[in-house]
Amino acid sequence: MSRIKTAFLDLGYMDTLSGRDTPAHRLDPRAKLLTTLIFIITVVSFGKYEISALIPFFIFPAVMISLGELPFYYLLRKILIVTPFAVMIGIFNPLIDREILMRLGPFSISGGWISFFSIMIKFTLTAGSVLVLIACTGFNSVCMALEKMGAPRIFAVQLLFLYRYIFVLIDEASRMANARSLRSFDGKGKGIKVFSNLLGHLLLRTIDRAQRIHLAMLCRGFDGEIRVNRRLEAGMREVIFTIAWSVFFIAMRFYNIPLIVGSFISEGWHM
Amino acid sequence: MHMADALISPAVGGTMWAASAGLIAYCSKKVRDDIDDRKIPLMGVAGAFIFAAQMINFTIPGTGSSGHLGGAMILSILLGPYAAFLTMASILTVQSLLFADGGLLALGCNIFNLGFFPCFIAYPFIYKPIVGEKPNQNRILLGAIIAAIVGLQMGAFGVVLETLFSGLSELPFKTFVLLMQPIHLAIGIVEGIVTAAVVSFVWRSRPEILEKTANTSPVNGFSGKFVLTALLAAAVITGGVISWFASSNPDGLEWAVFHTTGKEEVETPGRKIYSLLAEFQEKTAFLPDYGFRASEETPAEGTGSESVVSPGTSVSGLVGGTVVLILAAFIGFILKKKKNPQP
Repeated sequence: MSRIKTAFLDLGYMDTLSGRDTPAHRLDPRAKLLTTLIFIITVVSFGKYEISALIPFFIFPAVMISLGELPFYYLLRKILIVTPFAVMIGIFNPLIDREILMRLGPFSISGGWISFFSIMIKFTLTAGSVLVLIACTGFNSVCMALEKMGAPRIFAVQLLFLYRYIFVLIDEASRMANARSLRSFDGKGKGIKVFSNLLGHLLLRTIDRAQRIHLAMLCRGFDGEIRVNRRLEAGMREVIFTIAWSVFFIAMRFYNIPLIVGSFISEGWHM
Repeated sequence: MHMADALISPAVGGTMWAASAGLIAYCSKKVRDDIDDRKIPLMGVAGAFIFAAQMINFTIPGTGSSGHLGGAMILSILLGPYAAFLTMASILTVQSLLFADGGLLALGCNIFNLGFFPCFIAYPFIYKPIVGEKPNQNRILLGAIIAAIVGLQMGAFGVVLETLFSGLSELPFKTFVLLMQPIHLAIGIVEGIVTAAVVSFVWRSRPEILEKTANTSPVNGFSGKFVLTALLAAAVITGGVISWFASSNPDGLEWAVFHTTGKEEVETPGRKIYSLLAEFQEKTAFLPDYGFRASEETPAEGTGSESVVSPGTSVSGLVGGTVVLILAAFIGFILKKKKNPQP
């Protein structure tokens, strides 16, 4: 039950975050979406043993978090919640790939651990950038951007519908689950029979609701075509934002800045 | 079972994105051409229903664990495959964007694994024939369970293949398959039972809902031609992925095949797949030096990976990385500081 409440509050909180008015929020969603995609592709394109060259990529989420005044720890916690799958697959690397690739004084580190950390860094970067994108753009605007960038309109509208009714239905489902847990003692009544009847009822209500929505849409002149009246304006700022970040990402992809800085420092020490 | 960005390569992510985007475009067209425009709000609300339904658990007797409703099969039964695929795609997009559950680049993979197989393979070829024109309790139960199992098994196998082709996980093919398939067999059975239970509830109380879908859904026009096209597309995609690896990243596929087959000759169960794969590669001729390389790679793998990260550069990398990380945090900190006094 607490899980439902958390998920609900969580969605609401992300929505609240995206409603703020900061330089990061004011940018056109298309610019942010495109930049995030380029960011993810460059991050993912690194080799499996790469760690140091990935570090400069933390600058992008860091800048967006500060510009958008987003809560850092909240986003971090959200990333941690979804880590298990990446860990589950990645944790086999240290077990299988035991070849020593790196020595730091008495410690030797196997290739498996290096690739595991590489996966975890990539995971943090990619998952983080998506959360940052939503937190400073808002789901609706991302849908608009998707539609403007060529996604089929029905699909974009689907997303909008889904997002709109998640709030309504989660509320309803949580009330039902609440009622069930108040009436079930010792785990009785939590089995599949009650569960399926519960879901069946929720489903019937959902279908009725969809019918009412459809009638309401018909009353307002719906003819199978969905018209969206919202304008997106991309100016010089967006162009500069996208191009500057993309150039930065691609430069970081080809030049390992931490390595250059590092060898500069360590050579400086030797001299 | 949602794949993360960190575990796939851009080539795999890109191809699966293209495949899923193509399917979305195709299904959008199909749904738009459908005369029944009631479906448009129903799809969105049904997607939200799946979300909400996943928040309610039930206890599985005797195990102490709990299960919840999966998505694609029940959507296919209610909406027909095209609308169900679109709804599934939108659910996965929302999960990816709002909960970071499944990556943005991996979204193509996830939509394909969790949407394509149940909606376009399991539903039309398993559920429909079993349940037939006149559904009854037992047929719904049998159809839903088998279809859910098959759909999930295919999806899980898709995850294995996509991870393998990406070449980032060290998991050998066999281990990975043995890990994924049984887990998803259990999940499939549970999902099938739940789907059947909910569907038969709806069938008992409002049978016309299911009949409507069965009659108006474009399933009737679901021809072998589409399946053929889809299979062809899958073959081209697989070929595309393999060729990418073969041309630009010779290590990727060899790594996968090398680790897949193990150090020696393979015996027994998976043999067919391997020889099929190898045959396919030979036929495509993207890997003219395949046999040669693999045999050379066997002893020399160590030196090969050594050159990727040499000890000297990695220490510098570590030092530099720390410096840059501090710098990144510092930039963020400064930007935040600058902002705080203003309001």
